[in-house]
Amino acid sequence: MNRPIRVLIAKPGLDGHDRGAKVIARALRDAGMEVIYTGLRQTPEQIVATAVQEDVDVVGMSILSGAHNHLFPRVAELLKEQGVDDVLIIGGGVIPDDDIQGLKEAGIKEIFTPGTETSKMIEFIKNNVRR
Amino acid sequence: MYDKEKLSHIKEARQQWEENVLAKTLKKAPESKEEFKTVSGSAVNRLYTPEDIADIDYENEIGYPGQYPFTRGYQPTMYRGKPWTMRMYAGFATAEESNERYKYLVSQGSTGLSVAFDLPTQIGYDSDHPLAQGEVGKVGVAIDSLKDMEILFDGIPLDKVSTSMTINAPAAVLLAMYIAVAEKQGVTPDKLRGTIQNDILKEYIARGTYIFPTEPSMRLITNIFEYCSKEVPKWNTISISGYHIREAGSTAAQEVGFTLADGIAYVDAAIKAGLDVDTFAPRLSFFFNSHNDLFEEVAKFRAARRLWAKIMKDRFKAKDEKSMMLKFHTQTAGCTLTAQQPDNNIIRVAMQALAAVLGGTQSLHTNSRDEALALPTTDSVTIALRTQQIIASETGVTNTVDPLAGSYYIEAKTKEIEEEAMKYITKIDELGGAARAIDLGYIQKEISDSAYKYQMEIESLDRIVVGVNKYQVEEEPPKGLLKVDPVVGEMQKKKIEDTKAQRNNALVNEKLESLRKACEGTENVMPFILDAVREYATLGEICGVMREVFGEYEQAVLL
Repeated sequence: MNRPIRVLIAKPGLDGHDRGAKVIARALRDAGMEVIYTGLRQTPEQIVATAVQEDVDVVGMSILSGAHNHLFPRVAELLKEQGVDDVLIIGGGVIPDDDIQGLKEAGIKEIFTPGTETSKMIEFIKNNVRR
Repeated sequence: MYDKEKLSHIKEARQQWEENVLAKTLKKAPESKEEFKTVSGSAVNRLYTPEDIADIDYENEIGYPGQYPFTRGYQPTMYRGKPWTMRMYAGFATAEESNERYKYLVSQGSTGLSVAFDLPTQIGYDSDHPLAQGEVGKVGVAIDSLKDMEILFDGIPLDKVSTSMTINAPAAVLLAMYIAVAEKQGVTPDKLRGTIQNDILKEYIARGTYIFPTEPSMRLITNIFEYCSKEVPKWNTISISGYHIREAGSTAAQEVGFTLADGIAYVDAAIKAGLDVDTFAPRLSFFFNSHNDLFEEVAKFRAARRLWAKIMKDRFKAKDEKSMMLKFHTQTAGCTLTAQQPDNNIIRVAMQALAAVLGGTQSLHTNSRDEALALPTTDSVTIALRTQQIIASETGVTNTVDPLAGSYYIEAKTKEIEEEAMKYITKIDELGGAARAIDLGYIQKEISDSAYKYQMEIESLDRIVVGVNKYQVEEEPPKGLLKVDPVVGEMQKKKIEDTKAQRNNALVNEKLESLRKACEGTENVMPFILDAVREYATLGEICGVMREVFGEYEQAVLL
């Protein structure tokens, strides 16, 4: 299949820090992917609805407020409920190491913490995208 | 600054030095890069000489501290009189825990309080609102009603401290709660000192905790200006913030330009609402970032002071010199801190704090080393506070006013940043003012372009970040980070239930209805909010009424 990888970059919760999300969205676009950015204050329900509607291959979420344990797994759960099982879910932000294992078990394939190069993320997406 | 003859000698001597001395060295040992740039990406010359400041008029452009155009400081004796206010931004979990942290900070020599609220509070939702789930108490303290505010300031005499509150969209409500707590302590509003951030435009631009659309938001702000000029005269009614604009990725000149453009919009709105400029302008305050490039930052603070003084005098015809003085709080740049080798952040913060002091800040928050990982622990906060105390007590930089003035480099950079910032202001004027420029996405686009460029420079190693793209080591995950117990959300819900059971609900509804009518009309809403707060109406109830009347802001999503 030759279509470009489609990515949804989402900001779940009330957090307004979107510098990282925007930089990553642009880097992925420059790497040839099609990127949709949700803007701020998205509920897990809104994110999943957009992901389904836009038929994306990847959902990337960013949270710096500490609400990741509540919101990331909820998105994974809702996607599953919708019967979507082939979307790559990744996350990033200020996320303590102690929380990463739990998030991975909840279906978040990888967590990118501060200082990660966008090139690493691009490589990860290319290697792990499932459709 | 020099007469023509002197200047031509200097020029000749410089040319000779270039031919005879410099050329030889460059031939033997070329410089390490072709271009040298500040953190903001503007060019830095090898050497600055009197030629670079020849067209700066000392008396009109630099002058004396405490006197127009305030380039050298807003006050004549600066830190010889008293040091800046050491104001550590803090707040997490419940009012009880935050109150404990404030008392600790004061006991350690902190001289002002600075309250961080959690996101639901900042966006006007009670802790039991569905959108608040997972966010309660996370990035600051959860305040749902006057009850929480009473606990937050328990044992802290409000006539003795100055308190800064990082609150914007619901600033009127939190200020009303503060006034109500003071009343209970027997402190009248005219004795209260502090600041509310109350800067909605930068929320639309960069920080994201907006609620209402632009027009009613500007009304709330001017209502606060008017109310405080009469009732709470020592209160700084707004803290016009470049901090978050810089954190979002802007350059130093953009930080000054966009912040002052926001300032112009507030002054315009207040004048349009019928206020005389000199009644409210002396209580405007500013908030800047202190980033990594020491000299660029010092120049930035000086440029901001000079440019604001000119704007207030020339554009707004202010007559009171206090209206022209740019007073500012500074926070070191959170975005420069790394999750890698976090102890290195102590050094970064120290140098950024030094820049703020050399730039003449009125108050300062120093970030803690663990900011890129979590909220700071008590140990980390103590080091950050000690950093300020070392600068104030040991380095000697406070002994003289504006010590870097007259440096060819600093003065040239100050002028350059002032001019560049003015270009942004002119552009924003052409677009129809800051609010319009935000609706068009102009300011956001400029900032995100700068942010993207910055990141790409890091990835291409044009920009070195120690521990991140150079000098890396294998590290164990950091231990002992602060964690907010998720049970906080449940505790807050219980508190709201109790408050609602204990208060006079009929009276609350009556007060909320009066507020609704005031919002629908043109009266100043502050007294109505205060009435509702006193009866323990919750933040969510009050903001809920205002949401119904005013509607909600819709962000333009741009990439």
